[in-house]
Amino acid sequence: MAVSQDAGATEGYSGPPDYRVVGRHGVYPETTHDEIARFNFLAQMNRHLSTHLMLGVGEAFAARVEPAFTAKNKRSFKDRHEVRKALTGDPAFQWWSALRRATMETRQQAGRWVTIRQADALNAKVAKLTKGDKRLKLDPKLKLPRGVSAIDHHCMPGSYHTELSPGDVTGPANYDAGIFATTGGMLGRFNDGGGVAVAEWVRRVLGADFKPKRILDIGCGLGHNVLPIAAAFPDAEVIAVDVAAPMLRYGLARAKSMGIENVTFVQADVADLSAFEDESFDWVQSTMFLHETSYKTMPKIFAETRRLLRPGGIVLHVEQPQYTAAMPLFEQAMRDWDAFYNNEPFWTKMHEIDLDAWMKAAGFGDNQLIHDGVSAVVDKSVFPDAADEKGEDYGRKAAWHVVGAKKVA
Amino acid sequence: MSVKPDPVALAGAKAKGRRPWFLEHPDTERLMNITLALVQEVSVMRERMDTIERLLARGETVSAAAIDAYEPTKSEADARGLWTQEYLARIFRILQQDREAIARGEEASSEDIAEEFARTD
Repeated sequence: MAVSQDAGATEGYSGPPDYRVVGRHGVYPETTHDEIARFNFLAQMNRHLSTHLMLGVGEAFAARVEPAFTAKNKRSFKDRHEVRKALTGDPAFQWWSALRRATMETRQQAGRWVTIRQADALNAKVAKLTKGDKRLKLDPKLKLPRGVSAIDHHCMPGSYHTELSPGDVTGPANYDAGIFATTGGMLGRFNDGGGVAVAEWVRRVLGADFKPKRILDIGCGLGHNVLPIAAAFPDAEVIAVDVAAPMLRYGLARAKSMGIENVTFVQADVADLSAFEDESFDWVQSTMFLHETSYKTMPKIFAETRRLLRPGGIVLHVEQPQYTAAMPLFEQAMRDWDAFYNNEPFWTKMHEIDLDAWMKAAGFGDNQLIHDGVSAVVDKSVFPDAADEKGEDYGRKAAWHVVGAKKVA
Repeated sequence: MSVKPDPVALAGAKAKGRRPWFLEHPDTERLMNITLALVQEVSVMRERMDTIERLLARGETVSAAAIDAYEPTKSEADARGLWTQEYLARIFRILQQDREAIARGEEASSEDIAEEFARTD
C-alpha cells in the first residue's frame, strides 16, 4: 500500500514541515512546485545528515580515530585541530563532510535559480517599495571590509554584497528563501525564531521597566533577526546596520511588506559607527554576526557599542557557544566544521577567545556582564522545536549563547 | 543595453574561496556530487507524481497551474516528508551499514567461516 493512502504512516512524523508553510511577505520570490520540492528534499537531506550520518562520525571517532591516534602518538589529543585533522582520514567523516558540502552547494544552486530567473520582477518590487524612502540610507562609497570580501560566506556565491545588476536583491532573496532548507525549518515561518527568542528574553529578564527608545542592530543582513525585536518594541526607533546594500534594500522592502515600519536600514561598516552620537541607544544587538568579523574589528565593535549605549542600556551578542575547557575536543572539532569547510573562516578564531575578557577590555565591568542561552521560538504546531529535536547539528543548531553587558547608570 | 543575468549559468556558480575535498579521490567526490543532484531530481519528480495523484483524488483537474498551486494538508505533508526520509534511508543504506559495522566490531568473513566449517579436527 502506498504511503499516501496509509493514514497511520504519518503518526509520530518528526522532521521538517512542507516548504509551503514559509511566510510569504510582499517581496518573497515566487516558487514553482518543483522548486519547492527541491527545498523540501534539501531540508530532509540536512536532517538526514544531522540525525544519521553525523552520529556515525562520533561513533567512528570513538571506535577508530581516537584509539589509532592514541596508539600512534602515545598520548591523547591536545587540541581540536588535532582531532579534526585525524578525523579527515576517516571514511565516516569524509562521506558526511562531502555530502554536507555538496548539500550546501546544491541548496545555493536551488535558491539562486529561483531568484535569478525572476530578478527583474524581484528588483522592481523592491525598488517600488523603497524608492524615496528615508529609511534606506545607502553609502555607495563605503569600502567593503575584508571580513566580507575575502570569501563567499557559507558557500553563497557573491556573498551578501554582490549585485548582478543595479538595484539587485537576488542575493538576499536567495538567503531568505533557502535558509529553510539549511535549517530544516528550525527558524520558523519568517526565519525569525532567533529574534523572537531574544525579544522574549529581554522581556522576561529585564521586565516591563526596560522600555528602549532606540535600538541598534549591527550586521543585520536582510533584517530577519531584528524584525521580531522591532515588532516587540513598536515604539522604539530601530536602526539596522550592514555593509551590504542588497541586504538593506531587500530588508526595508521586506519589513514594510510585513507591516513593520520602525526600522531604518543604514549601510555602514560596524567598525566605525561614528555617524551615531555617544549614548544614543538603549540596546545594541548582534545576532550570529561576530563570527563574520575579525580580531581587528571585534575590539572596535565592543568599544563602539559601549560608547553608543546610554547608561542603563544593554548590548547583547547572540552566537553559538564558545569553546571552553569544559567542551569536549570532539565537539569543538565538529563545531569548527563550518569554519573550514563551509566558508566561515573566522568562526574558529572567534569561538576560542574569552569574550568576557574582550568585553572588559572595552570598558564593561565584571558585574555588568550578561550570559544566558536561548533557543529558537517557533510555532511548534508546524515547525520542529530546536529544544526537543533529536540528533545534533552542532554549530547549526537553533540554540544559542547570549553574551552581553549592561552599561551602569 | 545591459546583459540580462543568465540564471542557468549563475545558479551553479562557484563560491569564492578554495573548495575543500574530502574523499580519497576527487573523481569519487565529483561522481558523488553528480549522483546527489540526481537523487534530488528523482525526489522532485516523485513529489510531482504524488501531487498529481492527490489532485486527482480530490477530483481536481490536473494542469501545470494546479500543480504549482497545490497545498498539502498537514497529514499529506507529513506523509510526503516520511516518504522522503524512507527514500533517503534507501539511498544511503551503505552508510547506515558502515555505522552498524562499527557497532559490531571485528566480524569473521565468510572465507574465515568456510575454513572453520571445513575443519574436521
